[in-house]
Amino acid sequence: MRNPLSEKIVTIPPSGIRRFFDIANSMENVVSLGVGEPDFDTPWHIREEGIYSLEKGRTFYTANAGLRDLRVELHNYVKRKYQAEYDPDKEILVTVGGSEAIDIAMRAMLDPGDEVLVPQPSFVSYVPCAVLAGGVAVPIDLEEKDQFRLTPEKLLEKITPKSKLLVLPFPNNPTGAIMTRPELEQIARIVEEHDLFVLSDEIYAELTFGEERHVSFASLPGMQERTVLINGFSKAFAMTGWRLGYACGPEIILKQMLKIHQFAIMCAPTTSQFAAIDALRNSDSDVDHMRESYDQRRRFLLRSFEEMGLECFEPLGAFYAFPSVQRFGMTSEEFATRLLHEERVAVVPGTAFGDSGEGYLRISYAYSLKSLKEALGRMEKFIRHLDASV
Amino acid sequence: MREKILAVMEKNSRIDIKDLAALLGESEVAVANEIAEMEKENIICGYHTLINWDNTSEEKVVALIEVKVTPQRGMGFDKLAERIYQYSEVTAVYLMSGAFDFTVIIEGKTMRQVAQFVSDKLAPLESVLSTATHFVLKKYKDHGTVLCDQIQDERMLITP
Repeated sequence: MRNPLSEKIVTIPPSGIRRFFDIANSMENVVSLGVGEPDFDTPWHIREEGIYSLEKGRTFYTANAGLRDLRVELHNYVKRKYQAEYDPDKEILVTVGGSEAIDIAMRAMLDPGDEVLVPQPSFVSYVPCAVLAGGVAVPIDLEEKDQFRLTPEKLLEKITPKSKLLVLPFPNNPTGAIMTRPELEQIARIVEEHDLFVLSDEIYAELTFGEERHVSFASLPGMQERTVLINGFSKAFAMTGWRLGYACGPEIILKQMLKIHQFAIMCAPTTSQFAAIDALRNSDSDVDHMRESYDQRRRFLLRSFEEMGLECFEPLGAFYAFPSVQRFGMTSEEFATRLLHEERVAVVPGTAFGDSGEGYLRISYAYSLKSLKEALGRMEKFIRHLDASV
Repeated sequence: MREKILAVMEKNSRIDIKDLAALLGESEVAVANEIAEMEKENIICGYHTLINWDNTSEEKVVALIEVKVTPQRGMGFDKLAERIYQYSEVTAVYLMSGAFDFTVIIEGKTMRQVAQFVSDKLAPLESVLSTATHFVLKKYKDHGTVLCDQIQDERMLITP
């Protein structure tokens, strides 16, 4: 029999997160700081809209691009929140989570050999999606000394004549880093000079803390025509399981993305789309409440790290912290594995998000105070033990 | 800082000062002082425990009573309310807008005890025009907390 598999897919390693999950899942009494999703249930008024749409028998396909009412609400929402305006009929596409949007954006924009600049550590999908789309992923290793932000120097270093697309994953999973307006403006100038396009994954846009509010890359002068803006409902409205995201961008790109979406997906889930209309219209106070709650737990986590002697730069976005474990003389993987086996705390090694995550752990604080205290108590015990044995 | 302290403590009055200070990014001393100050100013009026009595062997009957009154000269609603809330059986008294004047919540051991309170104590009060007693059959949610089911984290241990 011939080899049934494509060479390309076989060479892509499975997500490091998945492997760790399998180990943790086979053990008992594990407390986790490992999830990449909110601990809130979807606000009831949104769920209720979903239920109502089912009761009314709205179980048909929608337009490929998504319900028009939803696209109009997205237009309003993106304009109100992020000062970028998109035509609901030509420049907005409703997708199955932000993940689908990443995939089809890459497929719509890349030719074989085109280079995709991927700042890392970052979400696990960019590199495989780039490769599957025929592109060549070029990691840009971000560093703690820059607070894991993308600097002009680091970007310029990796640009070649083949560079076509830059991924901007801020606020960032796993580091919790954000980028400010002046920093983004510097990046924008380089994008313009080198005629690059940008995939700006702003899925955590609602979750920034401190003084800085999120600035959308698409809102910078001249950048809207070069940017595919990706966002979704999972993090902002605690709707991960509804699988709903969206892409906004110039018609020339969106038209081709729609084509892939049309053939591969048809349309995003109808129930989720109806619920999402309500989410966009009526959730400002829910979102504020969730943000405040994450912020409190973020501060709690940082203070706990300080007390147990775990170094961590201050994360200002998403719901992750990225503490350094370099002083223990172990790799991230070793540290995380021992922490799991010895104290039954599941965290994700930084290397799951790129080689530059070596020496760090991703800690999620989307947990109740009670769970956080339990997990951090165990971590502290583990670290005390390590410190004592040195 | 006050509003934030209150928002947390309203849901969890037993939280350690240390944890509360960490959540709010304040010092423990500042938080402790603020709480003491709010106790003094009668902003924080007490610390109670939310008990689901249905899960104990203790018998309890709770009734909500709508009370219509005629306020008398020189004796507004406040004075009347005082005459009602002094009874130890009364757990809450609210002045209402709309079709009646007071909501009175009463806790007793038996229905008879509650009925007796209404007929012997509450109804005969001079200014009380009428009462309507509603017994609570089951409490589903109280003080923003769902009483019937335990919340469990059903998320997978690790997700991207």
